[in-house]
Amino acid sequence: MWRYLLPIVVLAALIGFFWRGLYLNPRIVPSPLIGKPVPVFSLPRLHDPDSVFTQEQFHGQVALLNVWATWCVACRDEHATLLHFAQQGVVPVYGLDYKDDRRSALDWLAKDGNPYAAVAFDASGDVAINWGVYGAPETFLIDSHGVIRYKYIGPLTPDIIDKELLPRIAALRRTGT
Amino acid sequence: MKRIVLLLCCGLFLSTAFAIDSQPPFADPASQARYEHLIRQFRCLVCQDESIANSDADLAADFRRQIHAMVAAGQTDRQIKQYMVNRYGDFVLYNPPVQPNTWLLWGGPFLLLFIAMIVLVTVVRRRAHMDKAEEAGP
Repeated sequence: MWRYLLPIVVLAALIGFFWRGLYLNPRIVPSPLIGKPVPVFSLPRLHDPDSVFTQEQFHGQVALLNVWATWCVACRDEHATLLHFAQQGVVPVYGLDYKDDRRSALDWLAKDGNPYAAVAFDASGDVAINWGVYGAPETFLIDSHGVIRYKYIGPLTPDIIDKELLPRIAALRRTGT
Repeated sequence: MKRIVLLLCCGLFLSTAFAIDSQPPFADPASQARYEHLIRQFRCLVCQDESIANSDADLAADFRRQIHAMVAAGQTDRQIKQYMVNRYGDFVLYNPPVQPNTWLLWGGPFLLLFIAMIVLVTVVRRRAHMDKAEEAGP
């Protein structure tokens, strides 16, 4: 009996693992920064290079930080969604312009619309490394104490905003964080 | 023919090609060796099957620059490893640490070996038993 049953059980277990594996995305690396305060940083603002954007910006309000760049194709895909979300005014959306050219970034926002309340300009990409960024676009949800609560990797879609972001924002508001 | 063989042989060395950076090598060979050893231990998150030593990705170049600076500042291997893990998690390590969520990864092969041994011993014993029974038979 065992002689016939065992191979079938082993095969079934393997199929189970492989089936699950088909739907996992190895490009999505969980961030160890979730639940930690935002990294300390100081960057010039995109629109006003003489003033600085620091982690202080994230105190006192729930906010999003969207990592983007003009060279990033997927950032173009999410731009309309982000613009629409920002116009609703649920939470402020901040930008981190990652390893970009200032001129092209300003042109893009002027031409296609600017969803950002403010944009930090990270020319070297060093601050992005402190945020654990490895590929734009990435979006962080930050609570009013400046703690990172959630990170979405990849272009935002209306579906992701409805299912992943809005419920989390509502929960943070409910608990007063 | 000779040429083709030579060309193919050259191809064998392609995989050991390293990405080239602008920073100068360390004056001190020990630091240079430490730097080269370190950058082989971290995974590039953009092209995940390459180490940051091999990868041509922009992000890998940034990591090399950071690690170069940290080695130059005299930080220990441990501190540099912690720097990477704090930001990107254990996934950046090609050599994952032994901890509860990796016990199966590290212990799995030994577990399979153990099961195989049990199966082997059982089968051998049964065979031996059957042989004996046959000898004792008519």
